[in-house]
Amino acid sequence: MSVSVPLLDLRKVSKRFTTSPDLIERMAAKFGFAAPAQTVHAVDQVSFSIEAGEVIGLVGESGCGKSTLGRVIAGLHKATEGEVLFEGQPLNYAPGVRPAIQMIFQDPFASLNPRKRVGDAIIEAPIAHGLIAASQAKEQAAHLLEQVGLDASYVRRFPHQFSGGQRARIGIARALAVEPTLLVCDEAVAALDVSIQAQVLNLFMDLRERLSLTYLFISHDLGVVRHIADRVVVMYLGRVVEIGQTTELHAHPNHPYTQALLAEVPRLDRRNIDYTPIKGEIPSPLSPPSGCHFHPRCPHAKPVCAEQAPPLRELSNGHWSACHLNS
Amino acid sequence: MSPMSLLEITSLRTEFSTRQGLLPAVDDVSLRVQPGEILGLVGESGSGKSVTGFSILGLIDAPGKITQGSILFEGTELVGASDETLRQLRGDRLAMIFQDPMMTLNPVLRVDTQMIETIQAHRSMSSEEARARCREVLVQVGIASPDERLKQYPHQFSGGMRQRVAIAIALLLRPALIIADEPTTALDVTVQGQILFEMQRLTRETGTALIWITHDLAVVAGLAQRVAVMYAGRIVESGTVQQVLNTPLHPYTRGLLDSVPANSERGQRLHQIPGMTPSLVNRPKGCAFRNRCSYAQADCEIDPPVQHFEQEHIVRCVRPLTEVKR
Amino acid sequence: MTTPPLSVQPVDETPWRQFVRDFMQSRIALCGLALLVVVLFLALFAPWIAPQNPYDLSKLDLMDSKLAPGAQSMMGSTFWLGTDGMGRDMLSAILYGLRVSLLVGVVSGVIALAIGASLGVSAAFFGGRYEQILMRIVDIQLGFPAILVALILIAVLGSGVEKVIMALITVQWAYYARTARSAALVERNKEYMEAARGLGLPTWRVLLKHLIPNTLPPLIVVGTVQVAHAIALEATLSFLGLGLPITEPSLGLLIANGYEYMLSGKYWISVYPGVALLLTIVAINLVGDQLRDVLNPRLAR
Repeated sequence: MSVSVPLLDLRKVSKRFTTSPDLIERMAAKFGFAAPAQTVHAVDQVSFSIEAGEVIGLVGESGCGKSTLGRVIAGLHKATEGEVLFEGQPLNYAPGVRPAIQMIFQDPFASLNPRKRVGDAIIEAPIAHGLIAASQAKEQAAHLLEQVGLDASYVRRFPHQFSGGQRARIGIARALAVEPTLLVCDEAVAALDVSIQAQVLNLFMDLRERLSLTYLFISHDLGVVRHIADRVVVMYLGRVVEIGQTTELHAHPNHPYTQALLAEVPRLDRRNIDYTPIKGEIPSPLSPPSGCHFHPRCPHAKPVCAEQAPPLRELSNGHWSACHLNS
Repeated sequence: MSPMSLLEITSLRTEFSTRQGLLPAVDDVSLRVQPGEILGLVGESGSGKSVTGFSILGLIDAPGKITQGSILFEGTELVGASDETLRQLRGDRLAMIFQDPMMTLNPVLRVDTQMIETIQAHRSMSSEEARARCREVLVQVGIASPDERLKQYPHQFSGGMRQRVAIAIALLLRPALIIADEPTTALDVTVQGQILFEMQRLTRETGTALIWITHDLAVVAGLAQRVAVMYAGRIVESGTVQQVLNTPLHPYTRGLLDSVPANSERGQRLHQIPGMTPSLVNRPKGCAFRNRCSYAQADCEIDPPVQHFEQEHIVRCVRPLTEVKR
Repeated sequence: MTTPPLSVQPVDETPWRQFVRDFMQSRIALCGLALLVVVLFLALFAPWIAPQNPYDLSKLDLMDSKLAPGAQSMMGSTFWLGTDGMGRDMLSAILYGLRVSLLVGVVSGVIALAIGASLGVSAAFFGGRYEQILMRIVDIQLGFPAILVALILIAVLGSGVEKVIMALITVQWAYYARTARSAALVERNKEYMEAARGLGLPTWRVLLKHLIPNTLPPLIVVGTVQVAHAIALEATLSFLGLGLPITEPSLGLLIANGYEYMLSGKYWISVYPGVALLLTIVAINLVGDQLRDVLNPRLAR
């Protein structure tokens, strides 16, 4: 009996950014004017896996590392530590290699090359990788545009001639052109109006069914994630604090941060209720608190929380939480 | 006979000159804000909500211009008022908070300099008195150790803190009305939660009226008493939050509410409004929403009438949705 | 304080047409462009337009020398701008001089742009030590006054058209490199560049098809101004007697040659070449100014 390998497996993945001193600063260091090199632990020992066909929602606020993690998975950053396994094998991201993972970006205005016609932008990669012949390029570009709900005649247009929502769709078409297996959507609908957001989310759901795609859906919008994701991973300051099935997580959030996050989300059915916000602000990623990163703001903090980082422990089937209160 | 409103806008029209001629970003907008009331002004991009806010403060520069209508603030007409009249009102009786706090804060000046300068522009107060007032408002907006913070520069604050300082500046002279243009849109959920909490408390304590401009209906639901929904430069529906969110009468409002993921069942297709918001240059004649409306008929090609329902629930539609189930 | 509402553009327009439309909004720039076109035309067709080839010594007649503008020659043709000390028709001399000045300016500008832009863009793209070292060299080079560097180079290399062009290239490449690097740094962080990498495109493609086309606008602006600068620099060198030889005089040399006659009232030998130089540089600068405004992405359009 073979155990199926998850589509994507992250094992203790860390990504650190260090401001390394340049030539002048290194010379200054020789004379004793050393400026300390600053390290940001953007992603800290993250482990979880994604099964084929799943939609994983990755949520957290600024500084939590979700965007960086998304980029590590998509091959835009190299992990400082840990392994990223795709179908059991380490990922190969060299330029010239057809990627199996594609990223959909947040800013519809900056994610398209302003000087390329959209048709050219879409079929550039498949041609470069030999997926289609140059003679079929035009048809394929038109076909992809239609797949994302745009008129095929738009192939000759430039990005600035489109609205935000349309550009988001073009970005999706471009990603689909290389026939990826996993899509990392980095706040893909955050910059869109609510009514357009609904259209694009529906498009994601349609494409998932039609093309058997798997998604890592990064968002700060818990309402969107709740709607579209099967499982949710919550991050805070570079670490995973909770993982669980969407309904379970929303019904019974375990980690105090998750609880606070869910309580903060403004909801349509809440009228004039007094907010009880969590105190404090998100600390700077340059100097995160010791032990559990959340302890300065946690209403249930114990002394051990400041000393030791809590490990991610499984509470029930598929529900994991990193909190000392559970032990 | 209703008491005199704090702010009364009647048939406001703000136009921008484009290559296609003069086009209205704000078209026939009328609204009223009572003292101490919180009004949510909701719309997507291109709806004209921000331009409305700027028009009230007289911050519309060329190629834009207020071409019609009146804005009565505490009895004073703001449209066509002299620069000096407007200058005296701004910061003092009428204040604004922007989406980007760096639109309020000067990066090269210390916070205390900027705040004291604002006070002294309107009141003859000594520096010590002004500083005491600054300290007071910083505490009000939840900034710990205000004396230390006063000596700092904007870049030493985080995004959420900067926005709080911007709010503090707005509160300095105890204005009667604050216009907030999407101040929490760029902030994290937890910081947004804090700021919304502070704003609600402050407006209750000080009796300041608030116009909260946003695209997020959920924020308005928790914060405001009344809401006005804008589409393509016009107010399509307005009323109390209960009325508009529980029994929306305009198809656009209904569509917006239905597209919010929280209002759909998990995993089901979201209700979507087809098409896109028309840009300034290609607004349809008559009802601007008719190309996207599932109830549109031939009579929608003429400007829809403004219809009044009970308790000032107003809709701009020829066929409002009078039987709706929520 | 307010920005006009979004998307007020007509739908079907290529970036080029949009650029042309924006450029034409300034009447001054259009005048500058017209002037530039005239200058270029005159320079290009000088051998056919000029009444006389001023460097054909056999055609010169000392009896015609130092004649005022409008005077008649021995053979009955009119010297519209007068003659110089050797009997050369000033108009012809100016036309030929324009030709040389523009040639030197444009050629050195284009080559300096090619060199500087490649170095700058590659520095931004590859980063690391390569970028650091290159940028330090650029900083050092830009620390020296251009004229000083040019003088030293000419002294070392000797005079002649190619040597002058080489000196001008050496002086200019650093501006292009710095501008190209800044532009490339901005573009490199944009999401479409990440997308290009994420799509697994080969590096040369990413550089050539994505990065470089988007760094061109500021380079074009710098280019126009630099060409004007190069022309002025070359004129200075010639004025000092260190630039081009007498056989291919530029406007600078003409001004220099005519200088000695200023005090005796024969202004036209020096002043008219000066006016021609001035008009050329002003035209280039006007066009360059408008280009800079049009291509500036911060001016919301």
